[in-house]
Amino acid sequence: MTDRDQDGTSPSRREFVSCAAGAAAGFILTACGPKRLFEVPKERLQASLAELERQYRETYGTAVTVAGTPPIPGVQFAYALDISRCIGCRRCVYACVEENNQSRDPQVHWIRVYAMEKEKGVDFQHANPYYDPPQVPEEGHFYVPVQCQQCENPPCTKVCPVGATWKEKDGIVVIDYDWCIGCRYCMAACPYGARHFNWAEPTLPKAELNPNTHYLGNRPRPKGVVEKCTFCIQRTRVGRYPACVEACPVGARKFGNLLDPQSEIRYIIDHKRILVLKEDLNTVPKFFYFYAT
Amino acid sequence: MRKALPLALLMLGSALAGDDSAGRPAPPPAGEERLELPPPPFSEGIFPCSNCHAGMTVNRTRRALTEMHEDVQLRHDEQHRWCLDCHDAADRDWLHLASGERVSFEESYRLCGQCHGEKLRDWRAGVHGRRTGEWNGQKKYLLCAHCHNPHQPRFRPMAPEPAPRPPTRPSGAKAVRP
Repeated sequence: MTDRDQDGTSPSRREFVSCAAGAAAGFILTACGPKRLFEVPKERLQASLAELERQYRETYGTAVTVAGTPPIPGVQFAYALDISRCIGCRRCVYACVEENNQSRDPQVHWIRVYAMEKEKGVDFQHANPYYDPPQVPEEGHFYVPVQCQQCENPPCTKVCPVGATWKEKDGIVVIDYDWCIGCRYCMAACPYGARHFNWAEPTLPKAELNPNTHYLGNRPRPKGVVEKCTFCIQRTRVGRYPACVEACPVGARKFGNLLDPQSEIRYIIDHKRILVLKEDLNTVPKFFYFYAT
Repeated sequence: MRKALPLALLMLGSALAGDDSAGRPAPPPAGEERLELPPPPFSEGIFPCSNCHAGMTVNRTRRALTEMHEDVQLRHDEQHRWCLDCHDAADRDWLHLASGERVSFEESYRLCGQCHGEKLRDWRAGVHGRRTGEWNGQKKYLLCAHCHNPHQPRFRPMAPEPAPRPPTRPSGAKAVRP
């Protein structure tokens, strides 16, 4: 090689052809290799899901379904949370953990509830997520649960160097756990701290596994990938409410279709005082906070 | 951007519509026939009330109850309210509205809605109170009394679930400070 660079002769025909053939073979092999799940043909996706189901059954010793339910046309999911009602009981946090198969140790919570002082208003600088009084609500405090805001203009998906996270047609920001390389750029980009990293192999007791999973949602994750709230994609795409909505004892959590004028969400936007977090960042969250009283 | 625009317009539109929404009639109730309500939360063995009350003479004087229902501590505008303002004196298996119209315990939300009209409106729209079921189909409602004890309606404080564990460093690792 060095000689040729110096003496300036062209490569022989044989060398050129073998190099070109090698490059072509490499290209074809790459194209046949693993793909992001959202761009594979339907049959291939079904085969991948069946393979996942087989692996999970082997690991957890129970039948696990990995659904590939697509978005419902004409639906944009949105969420509303009544700050005037939330009492900070954290029932939603643990309902989410159980529904979405988060790691118990190391602990991964997709919802974080911040206790704030009424005197200071919504002020994340002085908010405390580790409050632990015998009873809630505490005098002079209110509570702001924060989870993925399912931005219409999500900063997290733009920074992913491998395209492993994107916004679905129904507005849910999802992650392909098989494609994520664990660089955590998205966590740095998210202004809401809504993305969480599996620093160690997640522990999920076999008895506590939720076997109804979606491939972009609550299927068990490996070590070294990022995960986040998906509005319980495995439930909401078949018409059910997210687990946190059903767990909230004070009914502070509301969910529905932003494009349906009769939905609870539209009623709230039309009739209540609403706010979104960090509006100035132009992330356009589809997670609204409101005051019903 | 193209996708963000409709949402932005929607939000803008709803913000503009917010002012006159007060004068607009409340949205049609989510469809009375669609309300799926569980049975009222009676104490064990207390209903029907007529089992005991049928043969009793009605005592309309305000008093501390000593022989029965001592557990009922009225903390619900007790200065102005008394059992028979809501419970029907003629037939104890019913409640009654201020108008005198009888309502069943299954429809007790109408009674509550006499004073808490805005809550009833929000509840019908699915905004006050817990909903379970399907966001685009059959929603399960709860009666007011399932969450609020009608005699002491203030929501009770409860013990929170455990706080998240603060992040820890692996043993031996040093904190990196500039």
